[in-house]
Amino acid sequence: MNARYLPYVLITPVALFLCVFFLYPFFLVARQAFGDGGSGFSLDNFRDIFGYWKFNMTLTNTLLLAAAVVPVQLAMALLMATMVSRMGKGRDLVLYIWTIPLGISDLAAGIIWLAIFEQSGFLNSMMVGIGALERPANLLTYQNAGLVFLAIALAEIWRATAIMLVILVAGIGLIPKEYYEAADVFGASKWKQFWRITLPLLRPSLQTALILRVIMAFEVFAVVAALGGTLFPVLMGETYAYQFDLLNSGAAAAMALVILGISIAATLIILRALRVPKGATI
Amino acid sequence: MAEIQIKNVEKWFGSYQALKSIDLTISDQEFMVLLGASGCGKTTLLRIIAGLETASQGEVWINDRRIDHLAPKDRGIAMVFQNYAVFPHLTVFENIGFGLRMQRRPNHEVKARVERNAELMHIEQLLGRYSGELSGGQRQRVAVARALAMEPDVILMDEPLSNLDALLRLEMRAELKGVLAESKTTAIYVTHDQVEAMSLADRISVMHQGRIIQAADPLSVYRDPAERFVGSFIGNPPMNFLPATPEGGGKWRVAGQSYAGPKTDHTALDFAIRPEDLQPSAAGLAAVVKVVEPLGAHVLVTCAIDGQMFRAVLDSDTKLAAGETITLQPNAGRIRWFDPQSQVLVR
Amino acid sequence: MSQTDQVSPNARKAGRYLYIATVVFLCAWVLVPLYLLFVNALSSAEAVNSFPKSALPEFDLGSLSFFAKFQGILDALKNSLIVATMTMVMSIAIGAPAGYALSRFEFRGKATFRLLILMTRAFPLPLLALPLAIMFIRTGLDDTALGLAFVHTTLAVPFAVLITFSLFSGIPLELEEAAWTLGCTRLTAFTKVVLPLILPGITASAIFAFVISWNEVFAAAVLTIENRTLTAFLLQNLDTTAIHLKFAGGFILVLPALIFIFAVRKYLFAMWGIANR
Repeated sequence: MNARYLPYVLITPVALFLCVFFLYPFFLVARQAFGDGGSGFSLDNFRDIFGYWKFNMTLTNTLLLAAAVVPVQLAMALLMATMVSRMGKGRDLVLYIWTIPLGISDLAAGIIWLAIFEQSGFLNSMMVGIGALERPANLLTYQNAGLVFLAIALAEIWRATAIMLVILVAGIGLIPKEYYEAADVFGASKWKQFWRITLPLLRPSLQTALILRVIMAFEVFAVVAALGGTLFPVLMGETYAYQFDLLNSGAAAAMALVILGISIAATLIILRALRVPKGATI
Repeated sequence: MAEIQIKNVEKWFGSYQALKSIDLTISDQEFMVLLGASGCGKTTLLRIIAGLETASQGEVWINDRRIDHLAPKDRGIAMVFQNYAVFPHLTVFENIGFGLRMQRRPNHEVKARVERNAELMHIEQLLGRYSGELSGGQRQRVAVARALAMEPDVILMDEPLSNLDALLRLEMRAELKGVLAESKTTAIYVTHDQVEAMSLADRISVMHQGRIIQAADPLSVYRDPAERFVGSFIGNPPMNFLPATPEGGGKWRVAGQSYAGPKTDHTALDFAIRPEDLQPSAAGLAAVVKVVEPLGAHVLVTCAIDGQMFRAVLDSDTKLAAGETITLQPNAGRIRWFDPQSQVLVR
Repeated sequence: MSQTDQVSPNARKAGRYLYIATVVFLCAWVLVPLYLLFVNALSSAEAVNSFPKSALPEFDLGSLSFFAKFQGILDALKNSLIVATMTMVMSIAIGAPAGYALSRFEFRGKATFRLLILMTRAFPLPLLALPLAIMFIRTGLDDTALGLAFVHTTLAVPFAVLITFSLFSGIPLELEEAAWTLGCTRLTAFTKVVLPLILPGITASAIFAFVISWNEVFAAAVLTIENRTLTAFLLQNLDTTAIHLKFAGGFILVLPALIFIFAVRKYLFAMWGIANR
């Protein structure tokens, strides 16, 4: 086999596969969103979805959830990653425990936190048990919008911090110990070392972790369905509703593009904010 | 019988020319060393002979077969790599026998040849181990045994000793020389260490910037460097150079002294002499001593002649101090002359 | 404070206690909700519906057996298994060669290819299920395991490529070259030298693909109707089913994850470490 063509032969299956099952559907979604049923290019679908009374709330909910959850997760993941990097014995066990949520479906996570927050759930049991409440309260209801938000946020934080943790642990692992040793010799405290060495050198990892997490946050679906149902509309859930309850494919496609749009915007912002000067990497 | 012919081989990597028109013939059972600094092209040339790179143009022949379009396994070669490339998931026995198994040789033959070559490299007690349990030197022996077990026409070695510590390198050098002489295989050995080259080679090909500058036996390369580069690369400390102007009639003026040289009409030449071919004497080149290094076996004196840096290797009992002036007389038979423009040796 | 003086022993001890307490708290944070699910799943239907909840499981298989008998659940389980297995096989089969190509060769279009792979990670892939649903109806793949497996493979392939890329990059090319000089073709060198060395990593990558498929909800819900997978089934029935069924289902969803993450934990970090560059 001629070595010149071999690489192309090897990547052809993936490239072909992604063209058929990624690029082409993507193109279809775009086409459907921007024109429906033969009337050519039109923005009707977009008008429809933007005009729907729930849209603003849906968009706000999604963005708000992301804004609440992602920074908390970032801080937690950073804390956990730093702690793990100093661990001696037990590091493997702790790391395994902390990365378990990686393998848990968002639906399962929703169900798990439902068990805690539902009317006959563990939270109520505990609160009644310690006398804080007389009767079990119906927590996940319309009246307690704030609580619903909290439950969803907690579930999301619980479920998805592990993803950022893995990326950051790998990133910290790439930082050579010599830098810290040099910092010790020059008299920097551990806290200063974190700010001046760890964080800056983690930039590429922080970029990756944030972009991935933010995009996934905009796609949040099953957790909300499990805990909030229709009480807390989010973009992905509404897209599903358009497609299957209202049978409006055009609107669903338009929603999909909206999600894509804010994902790309967020990616670009993060890339810009955390960009690394050329040559300033490890 | 394995004679190698390299005809007009060139290699380009994009717009960078790594090898420029290489022509070389290596005789049967000759130990040829490709010597040069990093980036000179010696490893590229070796890999082209091995079949791990393809030449941009030119031909490679082994005996009467043109091999440059053949896969490495069809060329009758075996190779020892710089980082040994001992397979981590196989035992030493399985490593050494790997090539033989690929050739589907019967078990008893594999066993016999593996054990024989393991004994040759003094690792017969390690046959059951895995490479992770071996030291660097032991892994290196496995790599050599593995290549020898193939009984190849040509054995290729890419800086096999460079990752060993100094003492081990010395031992292995001597061992390798003995083992390869006995095996009667043609060998091509790549190194940047000129001591290794001088010690092991039947012939040395000194390479620089993609060219072979000189291919000759070690003593010729040492005594009669074809170009100034060879003189300054080989020998430690390297050759000394001083500018010379013609006095006419084959006589040349060097730092105020007159020496017999080439009877050519060059307007200037470079005078060259090795540090060990200088003696303190009543008459000669006036030198101001800068640094004196008593190295035990001899004394290395760095001095300035006419403002140029000059080194001399003198007898170990020589007593000198920095700032003194001495006169050094070169051994007339060892003086060499180079053209300042073309850098070529002038006779 | 830029001194590295002796910190007072009390302060250091307090710091140490805080550190340990935080670690323990964070471990509990992860484990307690799982434990509660475990409690629910291993309790009888009555216990699940009762109030207040006890903190200990009854070790009653009532919920689980009800779950197993519930109509369609075992089929859904089977479907999930089939789809996940197909995804696993496909993503490795097409992802590993690409990972090898990326690690060994420089070729024109390499940067574009890497961009394509990265883009698929960035895009909300489950959304593609929408147009694919139509495409599948036209090609008869609608509501089939294979159709869903194609979508899941699209999700898993970028990870497969990146993990195998980092695996192959860890094997020195010299080892393959040595094999070539010892009588191997490119293919034999790969199977006899490279493959044995990366087998654990490839297995981890395969398991990772399996888990991605097993857990996926949106596309499964969109693309399967009669042949539901477990996630689609549970989602469909979130409002309507008895609550103890949900917990038993959740438990079945979670259990393989625990085992899988344990199996692949070493490779989780390798994947991001090299992919970050």
